[in-house]
Amino acid sequence: MLRIGVFVCHCGTNIAGTVDVKAVAETLGKEPAVVFSTDYPYMCSEAGQNIIKDAIKEYQLEGVVVCSCSPRMHEATFRKAVAAAGLNPYMLEVANIREQCSWIHKDMAEGTAKAIVLGRTAVAKVQLNAPLTAGESPVVKRALVIGGGIAGIQTALDIAEAGYPVDIVEKEPTIGGKMTQIDKTFPTLDCSSCILTPKMVECAQNENITIYSYSEVEAVTGFVGNFSVKIRRKARFVDEDKCTGCGACTEKCPVKNAPDAYNLGLSNRHAAYIPFAQAIPNVAVLDKERCIKLTKGKCGLCSTVCSAGAIDYEQQDSFVEEKYGAIVAATGYNPINIDGYDEFAYSQSKDVVTSLEFERILKADGPTEGHLARLSDGKQPKTIVFVQCVGSRESGSAHGCGKEYCSKICCMYTAKHAMLCREKYPDTDVYVFYIDVRTPGKNYDEFYRRAVEQYGVHYIKGMVGKVAPQADGTLDVQASDLISNEQLHVKADMVVLAAAIEPDKSARPLATMLTASMDTNDFFTEAHAKLRPVESPTAGVFLSGVCQGPKDIPETVAQAGAAASKVIGLLAKDKLSCNPCVAHSNEMKCNGCSSCANVCPYGAITYEDKDFSRRKDGTMMRRVASVNEAVCQGCGACTVACPSGAMDLKGFATSQIMAEVDAICK
Amino acid sequence: MQDTMMKRASELLADGTVVRVLGWKNGEFVYDPTPAVFDSAEALAQDFVYHDFCGSNLSKYLIELSRLEGKTLVFLKPCDSYSLNQLLTEHRIDREKVYIIGIPCDGKLDPDTVRSSAEGILSAVTEGDSVQVETMYGNVTLNKADCLLERCTVCKSHKVVVFDEMLGENGTVNPDSNRFDMVEKLEAMTPEERYEFWRGELSRCIRCNACRNVCPACSCEQCVFDSPTSGVSQKAAADSFEENMFHIIRAFHVAGRCTDCGECSRVCPQHIPLHLLNRKFIKDINTYYGEYQAGAEAGSRAPLVNFTMDDCEPNVIYKGGSK
Repeated sequence: MLRIGVFVCHCGTNIAGTVDVKAVAETLGKEPAVVFSTDYPYMCSEAGQNIIKDAIKEYQLEGVVVCSCSPRMHEATFRKAVAAAGLNPYMLEVANIREQCSWIHKDMAEGTAKAIVLGRTAVAKVQLNAPLTAGESPVVKRALVIGGGIAGIQTALDIAEAGYPVDIVEKEPTIGGKMTQIDKTFPTLDCSSCILTPKMVECAQNENITIYSYSEVEAVTGFVGNFSVKIRRKARFVDEDKCTGCGACTEKCPVKNAPDAYNLGLSNRHAAYIPFAQAIPNVAVLDKERCIKLTKGKCGLCSTVCSAGAIDYEQQDSFVEEKYGAIVAATGYNPINIDGYDEFAYSQSKDVVTSLEFERILKADGPTEGHLARLSDGKQPKTIVFVQCVGSRESGSAHGCGKEYCSKICCMYTAKHAMLCREKYPDTDVYVFYIDVRTPGKNYDEFYRRAVEQYGVHYIKGMVGKVAPQADGTLDVQASDLISNEQLHVKADMVVLAAAIEPDKSARPLATMLTASMDTNDFFTEAHAKLRPVESPTAGVFLSGVCQGPKDIPETVAQAGAAASKVIGLLAKDKLSCNPCVAHSNEMKCNGCSSCANVCPYGAITYEDKDFSRRKDGTMMRRVASVNEAVCQGCGACTVACPSGAMDLKGFATSQIMAEVDAICK
Repeated sequence: MQDTMMKRASELLADGTVVRVLGWKNGEFVYDPTPAVFDSAEALAQDFVYHDFCGSNLSKYLIELSRLEGKTLVFLKPCDSYSLNQLLTEHRIDREKVYIIGIPCDGKLDPDTVRSSAEGILSAVTEGDSVQVETMYGNVTLNKADCLLERCTVCKSHKVVVFDEMLGENGTVNPDSNRFDMVEKLEAMTPEERYEFWRGELSRCIRCNACRNVCPACSCEQCVFDSPTSGVSQKAAADSFEENMFHIIRAFHVAGRCTDCGECSRVCPQHIPLHLLNRKFIKDINTYYGEYQAGAEAGSRAPLVNFTMDDCEPNVIYKGGSK
């Protein structure tokens, strides 16, 4: 039996407030094998660590149990302390009596009893711990950024600037993302394209950056420092190397009725197209749903006019397989589908638009060439009503598509829209219906005040109940004014809905591939809400932009830079210390059935035929599993899949788990 | 059929294709034939039998036999062929070392049922829907449908799924076998009723291990119940329920790999309907992960060790709800 020491932490009152730490230390001190037991206000402090180190020497401890916060907090601290005193760092167990005990109990007696059980469990486990030594694995010095919006672009540029190669995978034919569709940016009202396109060009020109446009991540294997990623390059039916972006094919293409995604379907484009003038790469795409040649086998006009010979109707999806040390998710967002909001007459009237559609109307390369005009009759609207929080801050959504969270950007862009309308068209009456106006941020509130005070925008606190299209082409907006406590009717020419934003649909399958966790709204979860905001809990996966939570452009760029610096910090290392808590196979029990290899997400298990002869005259070859310890991440999937119990996890052996269960049930 | 099989086996032995034949020979009585290995035409002529009591599944024996020098000829009925495929999937049998002759099957007799209607059985011959039983006390005619093994009354497939040659015509899969009817009845019970049902059944268990030893999915090099390091081997049961855990653990171990060959229930001397535990798993897998028949093809990835984007989330399964 190992000589065990138990150290109970008060964590100030965090633990001691609901757990009688003295009683815990005293009770655990009576456990068999426990030769020393004590408590201390802050075990993680220098003095606390010294108590552990001194006790190891004085009492010749062979195993240490610290009853404290979650091992995610201080396991590393205590391992180092134990190692400093000459013990193997893996001869330590942390009993979590804070997150899993004191914080969730109110009753002192109950909390104390549970803390004792948790401590006893750790004592039982540490008895079966074995000294482990960490190996090393090399780091592939290349990063992958998934998503080519402003978040992905900024992250890629920063990584590339530090000297590391980085690939951007963008599912659309061009990088740029949502920012390409936006007209002006708050709070300075500078042109979105003017600040974005230089960065797009920089991506194209930077030698360290490879852009895989019109591509999607197909599969991810591996682990931090050593990811293998399969990228599907969707067939664009145009040879990217030959196309000069001259646009001849797009002009000659006889198909003219394909909805233009760049204009959110508010106008049409050809089947052969370049999304917009500043597209990067500036390469045409054939819309395979609309192209006559691809659907019916006839036409072929674009091929005749292409002087570069770039059109290739036979092009197939191709695949790129590449190794990366780090992966950044920058998958961005979309406005929610607001078809469920019948009360706003969005599907009934062309003059009820979403804010992003309104951006397209205001922008020079949009469907109205930048003129503020109604989409129904092209007339300039005289009265515009903006409706805030359409689908945001909706608890128990009656519409089925509302979100509980605040989309964060709507208050500011609506102020911007209102201001731009009044600036360019002073004869326009602008109303904004809001629940709250939320404009914290540098120069943000001043911006909103300017809309109200300088530009005379009518801000009315209250929600719009109904928008009814009238026979004369106007829209009757029925709303409540909560401050004057009355019902209003506004005769509007145009209604703009600030639709909530949600993570892009590609995020969920990507998270599954990356084994990165997500919240219920499909935003990526960060490793720590406050202290590790740009890292996923999955090592080597980083988060950039709205895929982690709603944010505006400045915040996105800041986070993109932060994610890049984390990536650079990782890629700067030559080797990573491996987790020694990895799987191993007991060859005498292994049947060679491949169940473990089938479930292994890291491809760490291989098979070999080994001779298990028990007779001298013959051979007895058996197929047995062997684990590549550098590749294994210790997830334990194999140990539960193995039908014969041959697979076991170092540091979390089945015998240890059973000992813990026995200790709990004692 | 027996003569055709013997003739073909002798030919394959003679031309050197195989060096041994895995088949059946009669036991003490005609109704308890036992798997047997023959290495010559003479041995075949002396002992080889095939009749409607030859219900045992020969697949599992090939794990050992395929490790020996030379090829082994094996006769597989449809359900046995599923087991063989599953063992191939799990790399337990070297396909190159096995020569498979598929034999059609339209149901095997349950010796206990036949014996309850006819004592002193000397032979039993199936003719259409009836069974002519010759006994020491005269001849008895029985209705075949009443004498079948449980698994044959709900036969999932008459198709031999892996073979080198077929003797006779291969059959087809039977999707309307109603084999889950009893599982549905159990599911409809209250937890208390179900608990009582299983306690009643499992209380008869004498831990003879026949179910484990015959099960083609229970082919571990070292069974967890025999492993001294497992913490369960040779452990005295703390209460009468703990003893029942043997069957529950075994059902979990073969989940996703059980082909529903029904051998466990066939060999149980206490007549415990062990196949129901396995069928519950099969039914759940079908419900949650889509139709899957273990052993239908070699090399298939069983849902429990495979992940697809269409799999339902674990919380759905915990709730026992639908997709």
